[in-house]
Amino acid sequence: MSDATAQANADGAASKRRLGVGFWIAVFWLFIVFFAATFAPWLPFKDPDNNYIVSGERPPYAPSGTHPFGTDQDARDLLARTVFGARVSLTVGLVAIGMGMLFGGFMGIMAGYFRGWWDRVISFVFIIFLSFPALVLAILITALLERSLRTISITLGILSIAPVGRIARATTISFADREFVLAARTLGAKNGRIIIRELLPNVLIPMSALALLGMAVAVVAEGGLAFLGLSVEKGPTWGKVILTGAGSRDLQKAPWIAIIPIIVLFLTVLALNFAGDRIRAYFDVRETAL
Amino acid sequence: MAGTGKAHLRDGDKVLSIEDLVVEFKVGRDSTVKAVSGISFDVLRGETLGIVGESGCGKSTTGRAIMQIPPPTSGSIIFEGAELTEMTSSAVREARTRVQMIFQDPVSSLNPRRSVRDSVLEPLEIWKRGTKEERNKLVDEILESVGIDPARAAESKPHQFSGGQCQRISVARALVLDPTLIICDEPVSALDVSVQAQVLNLLEDLKEKFGLTLVFIAHDLAVVKNISDRVAVMYLGKLCEVASSDDLYARPAHPYTNVLLDSIPEPDPEADHSVGKIVGEPPSPISPPSGCRFHPRCAYATDICTRQEPQLRPMGDGHFVACHHPVETPVEIR
Amino acid sequence: MNKNDIIQSDRRIESGEPLLELIDLKTHFKTERGLVRAVDGVTLSLKRGESLGVVGESGSGKTVLSRSIMGLLPSTAVKHGSVKFAGQDIVGFSAKQMRHLWGAEMSMVFQNPLNSLNPLMKIGKQITEPLKLHLGMDKATATATALQLLRDVRIPEPERRLNQLPHELSGGMRQRVMIAIALACGPTLLFADEPTTALDVTVQAQILDLIGEQRRDRNMSVILVTHDLGVVAGHTDQIAVMYGGKLVEHAPTKTLFANMKMPYTKSLMRSIPKLSDPSHTRLATIPGRPPDLVNPPLGCNFAPRCMYALPKCHVEEPPLTPTADPKHVYACWYPVGSPEFEKRDAELQATGYMPEDFSAVS
Repeated sequence: MSDATAQANADGAASKRRLGVGFWIAVFWLFIVFFAATFAPWLPFKDPDNNYIVSGERPPYAPSGTHPFGTDQDARDLLARTVFGARVSLTVGLVAIGMGMLFGGFMGIMAGYFRGWWDRVISFVFIIFLSFPALVLAILITALLERSLRTISITLGILSIAPVGRIARATTISFADREFVLAARTLGAKNGRIIIRELLPNVLIPMSALALLGMAVAVVAEGGLAFLGLSVEKGPTWGKVILTGAGSRDLQKAPWIAIIPIIVLFLTVLALNFAGDRIRAYFDVRETAL
Repeated sequence: MAGTGKAHLRDGDKVLSIEDLVVEFKVGRDSTVKAVSGISFDVLRGETLGIVGESGCGKSTTGRAIMQIPPPTSGSIIFEGAELTEMTSSAVREARTRVQMIFQDPVSSLNPRRSVRDSVLEPLEIWKRGTKEERNKLVDEILESVGIDPARAAESKPHQFSGGQCQRISVARALVLDPTLIICDEPVSALDVSVQAQVLNLLEDLKEKFGLTLVFIAHDLAVVKNISDRVAVMYLGKLCEVASSDDLYARPAHPYTNVLLDSIPEPDPEADHSVGKIVGEPPSPISPPSGCRFHPRCAYATDICTRQEPQLRPMGDGHFVACHHPVETPVEIR
Repeated sequence: MNKNDIIQSDRRIESGEPLLELIDLKTHFKTERGLVRAVDGVTLSLKRGESLGVVGESGSGKTVLSRSIMGLLPSTAVKHGSVKFAGQDIVGFSAKQMRHLWGAEMSMVFQNPLNSLNPLMKIGKQITEPLKLHLGMDKATATATALQLLRDVRIPEPERRLNQLPHELSGGMRQRVMIAIALACGPTLLFADEPTTALDVTVQAQILDLIGEQRRDRNMSVILVTHDLGVVAGHTDQIAVMYGGKLVEHAPTKTLFANMKMPYTKSLMRSIPKLSDPSHTRLATIPGRPPDLVNPPLGCNFAPRCMYALPKCHVEEPPLTPTADPKHVYACWYPVGSPEFEKRDAELQATGYMPEDFSAVS
């Protein structure tokens, strides 16, 4: 490509290099959700499991001053349930992606940098993980162990290792071939230093963008598990709240019992996806034409 | 497998001495690429040795073998009196402080996420040389001597510089450890003509200022002639001809060297631009031809060329050629 | 343009009219930062069978020029001026109209043959496709023609190659295949955009000779775009030197090398290492970097980097002026040979072409 067209393309890319208003809106929404979820027990939300029945009126109650999101058919406050549900869903998302990045990332980088025997073994492990049907694993674990937040999070965490690991491996391979890694070796750097100082910053950024996307997937996955009755037993989760609402006979008269939690879930997943994509585009470093 | 002989090795203060270097790679299950098949050469202190050849001749592989990345299949590499192939990996790592390398792609040679100044500082931090102030001072001095503003280097990443500037930065990085020998692997091939001239002049200046010895690997003969004292021509893993720069170009003895020189487009419309006498395609390094590896494409090849590998023979004045029918007559060894 | 137009154009060209005429061609790209003036007013003409070399470095606009003529630009490009091919102005042609010309009348050989050939399509098919499309040949005729083309470009064992994939061939052979594809429908104009930069020097020589041979055999015009003055020296009839999107010097090849007028061209020559020079010859360099095409400097584009520039150069843009030979034009206020140039050149020679006031490095 000539320098001029490269310049034209680079200028087009320059506009992508600002994070943009949309990014900050997404971050703002995520901040609200995380803040509310983290400090829920100390914030003035109602009790998510309590039945706020008003005598004389049959629930579900429409959104009002006392119940900003309304209540479900058992007169439980939807705002509280959504917020406390967020605690579960977001925890699941964070643990899942955390495990993925930590174990998957580590294995992927080892495989991508050292290649050879390491690569063969680790890639094989990834294939095994990926071949295992996720649903079957979830059912197995929940059947054998309790359906607690810990087990569900770890299950989804285990399922994240291989996808994240493969991306880490591919990214590491593409960078390990570059001349600056070779240069580091000729300068006398040891393998550990090369991995941490040269590869990690380059690999981490595409992986972090992926992390946000992965969180979105985990949150939706939890919703799916809830629909199958496999999610956390105690307390509300987004999946359970949506399920309760969607399965109710009152859905037509009181659409908010499902629609509101669905919208919250949707916006959160959208925000995660969008922010993740903007970060990826922002850090996509362009190289100069010579 | 026979190499091309050692008649051309010299006495004197040798920074680098390579003997019978062989580098082979396994490809697939049964084939091996015979990238370098038994070459020997030496580099005297303060000299610039140019290694020239077309793609697949093994020149880059040779450069990397000297750095032991990866270590060669066999052969001896003596750097400042020490045999590199027999060293432990930590000793090799230590030796690397005295022999550095510059690569072809200037932008890719620098970590894209790090400021350029940090990349130049890195070697000093790896080896923990000097105090923090001393390191910073050295880095600033060297950046200035290659023509890069240190303040700008501190706040900018590689993609914000041009190709020529990135190459200067790579040179600076190679210099901070005060090496004896710098191996330049096609350092100007990816640069524009006018930028190329700047980098070549810079290398000459720095060589003088820091007392460096250079090995300059390239495919552009005019560039190699300009910067080298002595030139070695490689073809398919073997040495064809070794001579001083001026001598090689004035009296090329090997048919391949002749063809190479004839093929270069001179910027002179009056020059003869008809093709040199080469035929056919470069053969595969997996199954190279028998005897002299150039014989299938050589206009002067005879029967002996298919059977026997020619050894380097003196032509006088430090000029050596590995050919059964050199274009000039070889000198009698007394 | 349909077949009748082409036949009529052929007749006109036989009578001496140029095959290609560029009149003040400008190509600008709309970008966020502003208008990138990639090509900023180029006027040239080329006769049938003639070969033009377009020489320049990165950012000179040489590649954009050839693509502007071919009509291969992204949608952000805006063209002004006129491009007359066989008498007809094609500058405003849509892609649909240009498709009639591509392959059949004008084609292009690109720099990197590995990227330009479809890696999953057999060589034979890549050649027969344009034959079937443009010339309406049936399979048998197309295959026979493809075979002959492979022989014309001197590929050994052409029958075997028809069924091979690009990665099975060497770089030089792939480039020959590219040339065969480009020549398949018998174009009258061939663009070669840095056709040999990615190749070894021995292969380069063979490819350039091949292009020259085909040019003579087919009475085809060739535009050779390159940064290498050596390549154009031996294979072109006329040379256009571009800098910062402008045509800065244009002359018949022999005249240009014998009598360079533009200091840029002269400096470029001086910065190339030549085999005829002894080793360790100090190379003259051109300091600085190519101009910003969005905000080109006032006056002459090259003035900020020109060691011979005087105040007027930074203010007024020099027009294209002919020398005694009307075919040789250049754009410079103080060209090589003028008293101001010679005076400055003597000063510079004394310092070995390393003036102290030029601290700009590129």
